[in-house]
Amino acid sequence: MSMIERLRNVALWIDERLYISRIFAATAGHHVPRSSSSWFYVFGSGTLLCFMVQIVTGICLALVYQPTAGQAYTSLEYLNYQQHLGWFLRAMHNWGSNFMVAIMLLHLAQVFLFGAFKYPRELTWISGVVLLLCTLGMAFTGQVLRFDQDAYWGLGIGAAMAGRVPIFGPAIVHMMLGGPIIAGATLSRFFTLHVFVIPGTIIAIVSMHLRLVLTKGINEYPVPGKPVVKETYIEDYEAEIKKAGVPFFPKAISKDLVFSGLVLMGIVFCAAYFGPAGPHGVPDPGQINTAPKPDFFFLWLYAVLSLMPDYLETVLILTVPFIAIIILFAVPFISNTGEKSARRRPIAVLSVLGIFAVLASFNYLGRFAPWSPKMDAWTSATLPANYLEGRAPLERQGAVVFHSKQCINCHSVGGAGGLRGPTLEGVATRLTSDQLVRQVIQGSGNMPAYGKNLSPAEVAAVVSFMQTLHKPSEAPARDATQSALAQK
Amino acid sequence: MAVRELDTQVKTTPGVLHEELPRRAFLLKLGFLLNGIAGVFVGVPVLGYLFSSFRTTGPFKSWVPLGPITSFPENKTSLAKYQNPNTRPWDGQTTDIPCWVRRMEGEKFQIFAINCTHLGCPVRWFEQSHLFMCPCHGGAFYEDGSHASGPPPRGLYEYKYKIENGQLWVEGGQLPTLSQPLS
Repeated sequence: MSMIERLRNVALWIDERLYISRIFAATAGHHVPRSSSSWFYVFGSGTLLCFMVQIVTGICLALVYQPTAGQAYTSLEYLNYQQHLGWFLRAMHNWGSNFMVAIMLLHLAQVFLFGAFKYPRELTWISGVVLLLCTLGMAFTGQVLRFDQDAYWGLGIGAAMAGRVPIFGPAIVHMMLGGPIIAGATLSRFFTLHVFVIPGTIIAIVSMHLRLVLTKGINEYPVPGKPVVKETYIEDYEAEIKKAGVPFFPKAISKDLVFSGLVLMGIVFCAAYFGPAGPHGVPDPGQINTAPKPDFFFLWLYAVLSLMPDYLETVLILTVPFIAIIILFAVPFISNTGEKSARRRPIAVLSVLGIFAVLASFNYLGRFAPWSPKMDAWTSATLPANYLEGRAPLERQGAVVFHSKQCINCHSVGGAGGLRGPTLEGVATRLTSDQLVRQVIQGSGNMPAYGKNLSPAEVAAVVSFMQTLHKPSEAPARDATQSALAQK
Repeated sequence: MAVRELDTQVKTTPGVLHEELPRRAFLLKLGFLLNGIAGVFVGVPVLGYLFSSFRTTGPFKSWVPLGPITSFPENKTSLAKYQNPNTRPWDGQTTDIPCWVRRMEGEKFQIFAINCTHLGCPVRWFEQSHLFMCPCHGGAFYEDGSHASGPPPRGLYEYKYKIENGQLWVEGGQLPTLSQPLS
């Protein structure tokens, strides 16, 4: 008996007892519509692959990582600099999560545009929404496990949002932080969520998601003008499978395999090229010179929070997420039958484009954060020399006040300074000197009143500086009544 | 349902003694009951452990020393740290809670939480313009903690304080939020 034959006999012996080949035939070998072997159908398996990368790299990281507030940061540094290949595993875990969120969003958009949520696949969609929420939960809890300044203050932001809930606010904050304040217990519970609770839930729901793909079949490639009719759909689908079905393995899986291979190479390449993320700064609450910013999954939220009107803020924070989640869950019931093809569903296409455009713009804005003052502009930004050349001493004095009283943290001149307030470029053409004085002393809306904090001499100096801020070709603003009175 | 199915199965199986039937049904009921009771014995402690934070309803705030009042010059605002009173050994640096101490004339103080009232980011004090500014969304507060500009819905959170034997004490230990400010 040759070696191969012996191995074959061992395999057959095991299969006789475990029925592996039968399970395989009933799952990977199940018949799918020939049309579903498409490049558009690869994102689901791509997301699953990322999840597997996260499990493997996550287990590796847990071998070294210390989930205590006192040592988490040190263990991350150890992983980065001392543990053999620790930096690479951290980078793979980070990029695996980036790829997972990105491919999952593509999967979501694809199944939405292809009408895959319609009868009889409502539960497949619903379980997918749960998986989306779980993945975002993993992203947030994972960011906390990278226990640095961003994580510490990110928890504070989460608590500040939860603390706006009426009546139950304090209890929710207490539950979230594991105590009255951010401390060791907070990290422990985020660790438990990130490593046990949410991954366990994901594994269970993914099983259900895949089971539904087997019981209700994969969505056929939609054909315009062929709407879903409840009475006939299942019959038609089964007839199509009988007529032109192909086994998923080996006939339809090839594109998934190619895409998965590319994703895996993408993760490895990004991890090797860009390296791990952070940790940024020791999580010492006393180090307050920090401007916390979330990872890109939540950057849009950070932008939304700073751009919405103050008086609506609490209401929007507490209602919009729930409304959005309810709408997501309700999609298969809002439109249960009818056209599947995106060519016949203009509103669906526009919604997807709109949502992606809005999220992308908010994320873009979030990177630059024009609403944040530049906290160090008053010591680090330099005014271009032509703003000082040929100026009178009082005007130059005003430029010093403009710097030293931190006006420049929010207002820019000559490209230097913050973007929180309007640029003072050309302000002399917009406001007269009286209006400038009033604005400085009283402030308004988004500007603090400087009346108490500037001496009259400093106000005079900074206003005379601002009056020089106009183009040579444009005359400064003047008060017509004043000049008329002067002529009399 | 299951019991009835079992019964019919047993009844139609030849050679099974009829006396066995009530005993099987009884055993099944007993099994459910025992597991139910045991489940309560397991579940109650687990839930009690999980939600223990609701049992200890505070007060989480207690008086903590900030140092001698002489270390805070008059008419100045400076950063100080106090030890979280509810600390555990593995808390690391998170036990050092920062706050802004403003000493006015004599023994009059104002002690502000570090957290912006908008979304909890750490506000910074600017001595030159006498303003607290938040790096996140640009909230600003005057030196007395009142709201100056930007999105925060109220002024800075203010700790209670007391002076004993020349020592400044602060009532700390809880993260202030809009629904649970410090005082």
